[in-house]
Amino acid sequence: MSGGDGRLGVPKTYKMYVGGAFVRSESGRTYPARSAGGDLLAHAVAGSRKDVRDAVRAARGAQAAWAARTAYNRGQILYRVAEVMDSRRAELVGELARAAAGGQSAADPAAEVDAATDRWIWYAGWCDKYPQVLGGANPVAGPYFNFTVPEPMGVVGLAAPDEAPLLGIVSRLAPALVPGNAAVVLAGERCPLAAVTLGEILATSDVPAGVVNILTGRRAPLVRALAGVGDVDCVDLTGCDPPDADPPDADPPGVDPAGADPPGVDLVTEAERLAAATVTRVVRAAAGERRWLAPSAQSPHAISAFCEYKTVWHPKGR
Amino acid sequence: MSGPSDRLPATRPDAAAAAEVPERVTGSAGFGPDCYAPAPEGTDLVRLEDVYGLFIGGEMVPARSEQLAPTVNPATGETLATFSLGGAEDVDRAVLAARAAYESHWRDAPGSVRARYLYRIARLLQERSREFAVLESLDGGKPVKESRDVDLPLAAAHFFHHAGWADKLDYAFTGASPGPLGVVGQVIPWNFPLLMAAWKLAPALAAGNTVVLKPAETTPLTALLLTEVLQDSDLPPGVVNIVTGDGATGAATVAHPGVDKVAFTGSTAVGKEIQRTLAGRGRRLTLELGGKAANIVFEDAALDQVTEGIVGGIYFNGGQVCCAGSRLLVQESVAEVVVSKLRRRMDTLLVGDPLDKNTDIGAINSAAQLRKISELVESGVQQGAELYQPSCALPERGWFFPPTLFCDVSPSHRIAREEIFGPVLSVLTFRTADEAVEKANNTPYGLSAGIWTEKGSRILWMAERMQAGVVWANTFNRFDPASPFGGYRESGFGREGGRQGLLGYLDLHGRQAAGGDR
Repeated sequence: MSGGDGRLGVPKTYKMYVGGAFVRSESGRTYPARSAGGDLLAHAVAGSRKDVRDAVRAARGAQAAWAARTAYNRGQILYRVAEVMDSRRAELVGELARAAAGGQSAADPAAEVDAATDRWIWYAGWCDKYPQVLGGANPVAGPYFNFTVPEPMGVVGLAAPDEAPLLGIVSRLAPALVPGNAAVVLAGERCPLAAVTLGEILATSDVPAGVVNILTGRRAPLVRALAGVGDVDCVDLTGCDPPDADPPDADPPGVDPAGADPPGVDLVTEAERLAAATVTRVVRAAAGERRWLAPSAQSPHAISAFCEYKTVWHPKGR
Repeated sequence: MSGPSDRLPATRPDAAAAAEVPERVTGSAGFGPDCYAPAPEGTDLVRLEDVYGLFIGGEMVPARSEQLAPTVNPATGETLATFSLGGAEDVDRAVLAARAAYESHWRDAPGSVRARYLYRIARLLQERSREFAVLESLDGGKPVKESRDVDLPLAAAHFFHHAGWADKLDYAFTGASPGPLGVVGQVIPWNFPLLMAAWKLAPALAAGNTVVLKPAETTPLTALLLTEVLQDSDLPPGVVNIVTGDGATGAATVAHPGVDKVAFTGSTAVGKEIQRTLAGRGRRLTLELGGKAANIVFEDAALDQVTEGIVGGIYFNGGQVCCAGSRLLVQESVAEVVVSKLRRRMDTLLVGDPLDKNTDIGAINSAAQLRKISELVESGVQQGAELYQPSCALPERGWFFPPTLFCDVSPSHRIAREEIFGPVLSVLTFRTADEAVEKANNTPYGLSAGIWTEKGSRILWMAERMQAGVVWANTFNRFDPASPFGGYRESGFGREGGRQGLLGYLDLHGRQAAGGDR
């Protein structure tokens, strides 16, 4: 915690980012976030169920206006995120390096940060193009003009993966923001530092307050809370699957008629059951999309996963 | 108009006592329904078996469950045939047959070959469409003019449209190399029995999947007749398996561990149960669930066209349509004139024998559905809405319900919130476009919406704000295989039809994952 010149450093307090403000948990709780080698990185905020609800409310409040911006404007704002992220490159690289210190990972923190910046730019450019690629006019058998447009789902909850604490978030968050969704991000539990810094970047990139909210804390209770909030339209459970997830071989234990989950039910099963109560959409990164540094990690079809398709008919006539 | 309670429906007659097709019952003499002589469609085209088995591995086999149930004509209550209630063992057998067909050849069949079968099925359906239409109306109660002019042409069109996709999937999604998912379990409802089978089978097969299809309990016959078409098309055994049955058969189908993808059309309550059942299983799922669509009329709309649109929107298939325009939102300034035009039009609707070519509203599909409609209509009366039903006589046998209109409906009334799935329209009013948007979206559902106005900019403004997967502007209840259909919110997820509809049956990177071209 001291600089090389003997100056005593000023360590940052890592707070959550909700509704455009940096907040501690209403619960007052923190947890020690540790590096791969076990060193204390920070006392990160342990978000609560109430924090999740507050974040969802902030996201809901911001979503319509974000979606109503022109595609050109959203594109510029997402590009601005890349600009600001690049200007804080050293800080992000340092945070990722500290988190990885002492571990087995061969990941290159600088490569991860640069890929994350590039990913913002790539998705920024999609804002005014994806409807042309994903939607279109439909040649129906009758005198009607008929077209299909992709629209944002609304509020998206993202459980970020641990294995790429920054790039994993950006790879899922950027395609969710492109069509005009607002997001509540649950940072990777193990290493939330870069995620919090990402919040600071978003706060200074003209992304309207509430469009992105970033919570830190223990994954399981936060995921449960997020999947159980009725006002979330879609949850992305990428961060709940192991990195090399195959579909489970065995079916999970059955549903207790009394509604209580039997012991041994994993978090994904629990979250998907909670989502079913309001037909909340559940998405996750496909296997190819999860090789975060590979070109396959970015795709217009990742945007599509965060869209609803609306089809409009109108008669033709004189 | 009639008093509030004198037109509530008769309860279901004793099914055993009902043995003959009712003649058209005419009401008081005068203009309208009474002007038409009966014009029944002949039923001699339709030959039914006494007892139906299950279609597994390319042939009809007896159900191992050894359970049978009657399927009745809802217009008479008489039993048409006896069909099998597939049990867990039968579903298991069907999934195994589908898996074997998938792995032995179907997934590796060139797209052009899959296309051939689908084209053949489309043509065979067209050739036998009158027979299918009559059977659809016999088993389900819908007016034969709808089976003939809507269900059958659209069912054939779905196969024809998707046939063309089977060998063009590589061009459908940019940058992707799509492959099939495997065995698909599909559960379909009773309101469009054959059409729903076509909506489900055609894209699944085009994408290279094999299928286990579970038709609805009250309408198994057209799906069973479809097995003849499948056999005549030489579709390889096991590619499509049809297991008739009840809710338990459906539950066994969606929960079967050998099923890779589940597609369900039906109620939101059952959809939620399926989503919950499949939690954590890594299974793909699409749901097409209930609706409570707003049909929104602005004061500048062409009111005569509107009247036809409203009637078609709610009374098509007796309102037993998930996307029915069951909430009419009328701008206050024209509410009175719209309601009066609507009543006049309702007075001319012909309710009765589904097989009569003049019939506008046929039978309600089942006694249970009739009870549900009656119960909700009673709640509307009790909660203070103003009821109108034309003074048409209903057939003495069978399950019928007259076209019904409720005025003075408040958004909190059950008839404004719950899906009725019957010929019941609730009228609410609004003053501004903003209020219309708010009221239209004030529901957990989000399947469809209607907008009636002559102002183009307002159509686009409204369409953008509707939380609904399908928006009909100056029209309603239009369907086409090239046009994606499906809901927002609790109306389900996934689309059926068009390029977007294929997404539910493909793994976009399936061929890469499998390590090569197919």
